[in-house]
Amino acid sequence: MELIPDQQDLQPSNPTPNGPDKSFIPHSAFRTPHSGDPAWVRWLMSGITVGFLGVMVLVPVAAVFAEAFRNGLGAYWHNLTADPDTRHAVYLTLIVAPTSVALNVVFGLAAAWTIARFRFPGKPLLSALIDLPFSISPVVVGLMFVLLFGAKGYFGPWLRDHGFQILYTVPALILATTFVTLPFVAKELIPVMEAVGPDEELAALSLGANGRQIFWRITLANVKWGLLYGILLCNARAMGEFGAVYVVGGRIGGQTNTMPLEIETLFQGFNTPAAFALASVLTMLAGVTLALKSWVETKVLPMEPPSAVAESLAG
Amino acid sequence: MAATNRRVLPGFRLGLGFTLVYLFVLVLVPLTACLVKAGSLPWDQFRDAVWTDRTRSAYVLTFRAAFGAAVISSVVGAIIAWVLVRYEFPLKRLFDSLIDVPFALPTAVAGLVFSNLYSSAGWMGRILAVFGIDISYTEAAVWQVMVFVGFPFVVRTVQPILESLDVEVENAAALLGATRLQTVRRVIFPALFPGLVTGFAMAFARALGEYGSVIFVSSNLPGKSEIAAVLVVNRLEEFQYAEATAVATVLLGASFAMLFAINRLERWSRRWDQ
Repeated sequence: MELIPDQQDLQPSNPTPNGPDKSFIPHSAFRTPHSGDPAWVRWLMSGITVGFLGVMVLVPVAAVFAEAFRNGLGAYWHNLTADPDTRHAVYLTLIVAPTSVALNVVFGLAAAWTIARFRFPGKPLLSALIDLPFSISPVVVGLMFVLLFGAKGYFGPWLRDHGFQILYTVPALILATTFVTLPFVAKELIPVMEAVGPDEELAALSLGANGRQIFWRITLANVKWGLLYGILLCNARAMGEFGAVYVVGGRIGGQTNTMPLEIETLFQGFNTPAAFALASVLTMLAGVTLALKSWVETKVLPMEPPSAVAESLAG
Repeated sequence: MAATNRRVLPGFRLGLGFTLVYLFVLVLVPLTACLVKAGSLPWDQFRDAVWTDRTRSAYVLTFRAAFGAAVISSVVGAIIAWVLVRYEFPLKRLFDSLIDVPFALPTAVAGLVFSNLYSSAGWMGRILAVFGIDISYTEAAVWQVMVFVGFPFVVRTVQPILESLDVEVENAAALLGATRLQTVRRVIFPALFPGLVTGFAMAFARALGEYGSVIFVSSNLPGKSEIAAVLVVNRLEEFQYAEATAVATVLLGASFAMLFAINRLERWSRRWDQ
């Protein structure tokens, strides 16, 4: 193993067909400070970037608002507020998403404290387990809860006999959403807590602080921006979650339809203007999330650059 | 690593206990239920459930579209990352923040708006109609939404690698007589490759399980345009729990394989770090 890097390192200095013998100071050195790309390559690649992002992102976002406001502000407001099912969907999303986020904040803090502050056997396994929900299709998550709580499920009949119905109710929506968004807070907090280190907590301990004081005054204060970052990503996903709640909610308008599900119901019912009105609200919330996210990044960045992989997993 | 003070700081048992109970109740119990259900099927029934004309066509479509979309995402994502890191142009910060939109925008909104845009009356549909192209409710539309949800993964994994790549190394390569193409092939590409593969795997895994946006843009016809995730839901709605579970197990297996591959790739890409 030790020898392999050396062999690799040697390779670039081996003479190549167009190697150093060509000329000592080649024509291509010392070009623009940023890259040696010829102008046409720069124009082509910039064109692809601007064109792709324009067609894939800018045009759709613009289209959401164009369609939502197509018939004017009055019709827009009517579409949003007149239908009790739509109003209930907004209300339900405002119940389900914050509850799931709150649960995952408590979990994230406990998991990050355990993983970033202590050494114990099985730590990599625990980390992998926290990552697991990222890689399971939301539809499959929904199916798992149907298998548990459905009429023919493992717990369903017993729960029914004792007067509980989970499937097709709000608790099922919360369970499914919490599963899908489980890793977000923990994955943001672990690297931040590791970067801060335990020195201040150890100092506080030696000065006689108890666990509660250490947590509220030091740990939480040190990781607050990382925590906020995780909450933002978790909340964005929780409000937009579709596949898992689609399966466990049963799509009962006015009862278990969250905003994304109501959009689908309206779309299937050919009520496209109302679907777009509701979609515009979610798009605005996504915009707020992104604005807050870049604000938090300016706070987190001096301390710890947010890990790109953890961030991109935020899908 | 600072995590050495095992018994000095308080809260280890509380933290670990809570973490384990939470993961057990929320993740392990449902996951086990799915695997037990799949395992309880007699082999013949399992095979019949996962291997019919309808399921085969769903796997083929899902893997083809997810793979194709991940390839497109990788190529375009690498170009976007390169442009954002190396070039200066007006509104660059705006374009950089656009990358995150697919992460923050609910997939139902994406599905709704793409379905509308590429319909014959939509903005994009009318432009494409000039060239005689209509992608609404076709497989191309499925690829398109899968690229939408996938490309940010590639950009956001490649971007930091490019940022940490020293321009001096390229200058040195050029000074030693390498043409620009050689520098790209021999210096830049090998450095980017691990990140590119990780981004590809993430985009692929995400596209495999994508549901919300696909049902809006696809015609979802069984045996023709029905992707695996849609098949699971449709089987559930037909109360065919066993078949739904069998197909879901195949999807689970595929995503675990992807997770494992990502893990190995990340370890492999860090193999020279000490």
